Amino acid sequence: MSLTREEVDHIAALAHLTLSEAQKARYQEQLSAILDYAARIQAVDTSTISPTATVLPLRTILRDDTMTSPLPREEALTNAPEAIEGCFAVPPLR
Amino acid sequence: MNTLPDLTLHAALDLLNRKEFSATELTLALLERIQAVDNQIQAYLTPTPEAALTAARQADQLRAQGETRPLLGLPLAIKDNISTRGVPTTAGSRILEGYVPPFDATVVERLKAAGAIILGKTNLDEFAMGSSTENSGFFTTHNPWDLERVPGGSSGGSAAAVAAGEALAALGTDTGGSVRQPASLCNLVGLRPTYGRCSRYGLIAFASSLDQPGPLTRDVTDAALLLGLIAGADPHDSTTRPEPVPDYLAALTGDLKGLRVGVPREYFVAGLQPAVEQAVQAALQTLVDLGATLVEVSLPHTDVALPVYYLVAPAECSANLARFDGVRYGFRAPATTLEEMVSQTRGQGFGPEVTRRIMLGTYALSAGYYDAYYRKAQQVRTLIKADFDAAFQQVDVLAGPTSPVTAFRIGERADDPLQMYLADIFTLSQALAGIPAVSVPCGFDESGLPIGLQLAAPELAEAQLLQVAYAYEQATPWHQRRPALPGK
Repeated sequence: MSLTREEVDHIAALAHLTLSEAQKARYQEQLSAILDYAARIQAVDTSTISPTATVLPLRTILRDDTMTSPLPREEALTNAPEAIEGCFAVPPLR
Repeated sequence: MNTLPDLTLHAALDLLNRKEFSATELTLALLERIQAVDNQIQAYLTPTPEAALTAARQADQLRAQGETRPLLGLPLAIKDNISTRGVPTTAGSRILEGYVPPFDATVVERLKAAGAIILGKTNLDEFAMGSSTENSGFFTTHNPWDLERVPGGSSGGSAAAVAAGEALAALGTDTGGSVRQPASLCNLVGLRPTYGRCSRYGLIAFASSLDQPGPLTRDVTDAALLLGLIAGADPHDSTTRPEPVPDYLAALTGDLKGLRVGVPREYFVAGLQPAVEQAVQAALQTLVDLGATLVEVSLPHTDVALPVYYLVAPAECSANLARFDGVRYGFRAPATTLEEMVSQTRGQGFGPEVTRRIMLGTYALSAGYYDAYYRKAQQVRTLIKADFDAAFQQVDVLAGPTSPVTAFRIGERADDPLQMYLADIFTLSQALAGIPAVSVPCGFDESGLPIGLQLAAPELAEAQLLQVAYAYEQATPWHQRRPALPGK
């Protein structure tokens, strides 16, 4: 099982990663090797096994319906690369 | 040479209470040690000497007023993927360069409330992804036992700092071995608590179903002390366990009579360094001498823990790291459109290992591959957990090596991701099963490099786990050895 170059392009696009041609070639090779190694889990019979997404017993956690003080807006914005009028600012969509 | 920086937490606390020295003197001694050795060890990303001295003076005042707190005046280091209010927190990534959290992680808040002094933030593999600190976006930390070797990872900065006397103890995080493996490589005690025992609030998320903060200390008593302070339910983290936190220090009695120790046969396989195998076998004999019985057990899915981990953890990481988009914090690449800004920021901001894992996880979660990779890995995870459940029907704790090898040379594995992943082969399955495990010093190889014994226990059985580790430690001299430091 090897990843094709088109698949690498597709994954990079899904993950919003701009990569150079050299990076794509290297990741194609490395990810193929890792996926080949990972293929050994296919040999395990899991036909009757349910998946484990968390080791915790499932339960609903509720909190009291009371007001708490959230992070002030100015503080939430202090790390923003750009903020305008109390909002995070980003470049235009197109 | 000033030996105050080489004390355990509990010894230093005792001496502080007897007024043998002040918190200010202790903190100054540690800052001097950092000054003397950190240019070669490179454990700290951001030291905070001024804040540490201010906190030390406050601790001295409080003690003079009769305050007693469990860590009053004790200087610690914090791994840099754990948020600290007002102190830069990068997770070892360029994409978070300059980020200053407006809040403390719950575990940091609890340590501060207990009176701890924070000396600074320690280096790690970027976003805690790695086993050597070589994946740090900034620099590689050096092992105090041999500067040409890695300290382990990802909590390698925390481990190196404690081993070199640049902190009395430290916090790390363990997703697949990131506390235990560096503890093993640096001759420390490293504890991964039960999943949910400690709050993850304020930890920069890597794999949410696996991440746990844990202490790196010079002995088991210090690990018990710190765990007792950081454990417990947290309203900010709905995955914390509600069970009460026991008195871990009170559990350290040293008595192992009647204890059943399981030895997984799958942990003694080809690839295990002979010196590691010998040291672990000798440690098992010590447990027998202390009154324990050895029982051979099988964890049949051990050989698939590595591929399961490297599908589950990257899948969770690809979702968690989606938040780094240049909008709210950290690095932003210049661009003319939003889409270009996000993709350029991520492409330039993440290092190679993080990019690799995001891509691997994205692939495992993508349409057409989800069932074959992610769901399949989660099903095998169920079997790995069932292996432990079955073993703990027969035994109280499990024992084996922490790392298959002692500290490897810087650069030796850096170019081969799969080789690097194999460094964690014995620490991944406990994390997947959510059970607590600890690495304890158990000897040295022919090059004088430390070896770690790993013990694991059923969920929430930290008291028993630490009790076994303590009994072993008290019967052996390994934890008392300190490295010969550069320029000391």
